[in-house]
Amino acid sequence: MIGCAGAMYLLINGRIMGASGILGGLVDGTGRSTWAERVAFLLGLMLFPPVLVPLYDKVDTRVTDNLWLLIAAGLLVGIGTRIANGCTSGHGVCGISRLSLRGIGATVAYIIAGGIVVLAFRHWLGII
Amino acid sequence: MKRNVFSALSGAMFGAGLLVSGMIDTVKVQGWLDVFGDWDPTLAFVMGGAIIPMFIAWRVAEKRRVAVLGNDIPAKPAQKLDSNLILGSVLFGAGWGLVGLCPGPALAAVSLNGFAGLVFIFAMIGGMIVTPVLRRALTPKGEAAWTSAR
Repeated sequence: MIGCAGAMYLLINGRIMGASGILGGLVDGTGRSTWAERVAFLLGLMLFPPVLVPLYDKVDTRVTDNLWLLIAAGLLVGIGTRIANGCTSGHGVCGISRLSLRGIGATVAYIIAGGIVVLAFRHWLGII
Repeated sequence: MKRNVFSALSGAMFGAGLLVSGMIDTVKVQGWLDVFGDWDPTLAFVMGGAIIPMFIAWRVAEKRRVAVLGNDIPAKPAQKLDSNLILGSVLFGAGWGLVGLCPGPALAAVSLNGFAGLVFIFAMIGGMIVTPVLRRALTPKGEAAWTSAR
């Protein structure tokens, strides 16, 4: 389904389905000329999942309630995805499938970094 | 108008996929990132499963060159790994590991995550706002500050 969504966005709208890019272009104004398309995508993304939730017995996102972790992680994700020009969807799904060296390089880098952070914060520090 | 309808449909299908596949379960995501500890490989199948239709779509797109609604298929950026790509990805990966949220699932699960989800999203937007300033400082003189808007 994720891949089909990306395929539709590419073939019909001619755009790369990257969550950080679609949002980021709205936030910093670089995507002003395509704002309506971006807002439409984000509305679909935010409003459709809750419609599906009642079909499941239990949906648990198990998100932390530690505000410091949430703020630090949000800042890192926001800054990192904009400096790197992509996140899991843009580089990971759309980039790797295009056999893009940049997509593959970015994915390797963020998985290693994520792996080290989980190792440190879960196994050594026991915070997460 | 058609563009917006298909954009919303793509967003909805993306969100549904993230929900169904377990990508919005932050502990599961952290288990997948725990490559140096107790690795839970199941989400690799989600990523692999997403890459297959996208791979086919790219094949079709590169033949057509123009999307159904008219505009050009995005050109492939220059294939070089630069310091911004790696540094940005490392920062992103660190944040992703900390709470298990990346931008797509954070938005898809905003209705489920309550206050914590909003805190994350507003911090992420704050990070996106300060980035152009940081990015200018990081980019060597003479190079374009923005390569592509992915």
